[in-house]
Amino acid sequence: MIRDITLGQYYPGSSPVHRLDARTKIIATLLYIIELFIVNNFWGFLIAGAALFTVIAISRVPVKFIFRGLTAVFLIIAFTFVINLFMVDGRILWQWKIFKITYEGLMRALFMAVRLVLLIIGSSMMTLTTKPIELTDGLEKLLKPFSLIGLPSHEIALMMTIALRFIPTLMEETDKIIKAQQARGADFESGNIFQRAKSLIPILIPLFISSFRIAQDLALAMEARCYHGGAGRTRMNEIHFARGDAAAAILMIVFLAVIIASRFLPTIF
Amino acid sequence: MSIEVKDLRYVYNPGMPGETVALDGVSFEVRDGEILGVIGHTGSGKSTLLQHLNGLLKPASGDVYVDGQCITDGKAKLVEIRRKVGLVFQYPEYQLFEETVAKDVAFGPKNLGLSEEEIADRVKNAIELVGLDFEAIKDSSPFELSGGQKRRVAIAGVIAMHPSVLILDEPTAGLDPSAHADVLSMIRRIHESMGIIIIFVSHNMADIADMSDWVIVMDHGRIVLRGKPREVFSHGEMLSGMGLAVTPARAIMNRISAEIPDLKSDALTIDEAAAELREYINRTKNI
Repeated sequence: MIRDITLGQYYPGSSPVHRLDARTKIIATLLYIIELFIVNNFWGFLIAGAALFTVIAISRVPVKFIFRGLTAVFLIIAFTFVINLFMVDGRILWQWKIFKITYEGLMRALFMAVRLVLLIIGSSMMTLTTKPIELTDGLEKLLKPFSLIGLPSHEIALMMTIALRFIPTLMEETDKIIKAQQARGADFESGNIFQRAKSLIPILIPLFISSFRIAQDLALAMEARCYHGGAGRTRMNEIHFARGDAAAAILMIVFLAVIIASRFLPTIF
Repeated sequence: MSIEVKDLRYVYNPGMPGETVALDGVSFEVRDGEILGVIGHTGSGKSTLLQHLNGLLKPASGDVYVDGQCITDGKAKLVEIRRKVGLVFQYPEYQLFEETVAKDVAFGPKNLGLSEEEIADRVKNAIELVGLDFEAIKDSSPFELSGGQKRRVAIAGVIAMHPSVLILDEPTAGLDPSAHADVLSMIRRIHESMGIIIIFVSHNMADIADMSDWVIVMDHGRIVLRGKPREVFSHGEMLSGMGLAVTPARAIMNRISAEIPDLKSDALTIDEAAAELREYINRTKNI
């Protein structure tokens, strides 16, 4: 059940995308998200979608695996679609009492849905092809310049590392507790919303207690190995930009130009 | 009362990069009032097997019959299966959540929809059966108890559902020697007074030899050995090849009979070993 959520998961591999420096991928993802908001017609999305699928093809992450992650956020996409569909004024296509669908609303709804799907797939490509530890290392390096104005870049990266590291642990823990309570006849699937919320108590309390225990153990283990914060800390594997990163940078600039140019193309519809 | 497993197969993450066959054609049967010990190194499929016995996991193929009723055909009611087959996980004390011990033990029976009096009755009996003082402990928070007490409260929570099969996954893991002995004698007491089937997993070979009527040995998702404890522990080399071992008493006796060839030994427990040695000494004293 919980294992089906692939959003934010890492898909092991050794493709050129996997081998890129984490910093390159973070910048590329940020840029891609910004570009999705620069796009103002469906031509732009067509280009952005094609680019994304090229990256997916190069990364050799199965498309099925990526879309499985999308099902988790399907509700959000559907919600945005419906809100946009009914809330925009314009040329009326269909009407029933106070509900009406306009041409402009339909276009806007489709536009937003495509943007969201590309946004989610685009950012999940980053996490799918980058080990969490590389990702946070990359983030720490990228944030380093901001430590001049007092941003605790190492601490932020460490918190992210710990959070990411313990997602699977807590999922496993949750799974175990759910099973233990099911074995005692607990029922999490029937009843109205209040009964269901109440039925979560036997899961949440043990889970809270477990997470405190895990946090305490972790803090002790870190102290026992003389952890004292970021100052003067070295790493075993330094990350370096390589030739692939240069190529990626050039592609990013070209792609940005193409996306800006796409704004001036005539609209399809 | 019986539990029968037929050709069970289970695969983790089918069709994904981490695909692993956890169970591969597992079959066995436990009859009325028997105790079955399960051994196998970490990752051999023991825990996966146990979770099939009360319907928490659904097999890829194969069937589980409890009392002749198939629980894997999708028709059986889950609450009914979980009433019949009680499963105590590893470190069950981590599942406690209520304010008081009595309330926590009542959680299972409540889910079965029993009457208030029936629940109160069962809670009292279950807490006493696990060897705790009901009056002294019923209103204390489960989080204030010692490790061994917590574990016994958690086991009481399952017993209070009056299962006909009780499954325990490493019930003595992480306990000190005295709590360890308490839990073992508690399992014996439950077995005697309720007359139910008990299936337990343990890494302690002495416990397995001591408690079980039958033993199955798992390796890579298959049952590789099964039989009476004496039979299973006679395959010492095979067991150590799988990262397991014979009982400590058996190991010592093997070592001694290697030095003294005319001391024939098949002892499993310390008591049996002591008897054999005493007999050998008496026999050779007069020569």
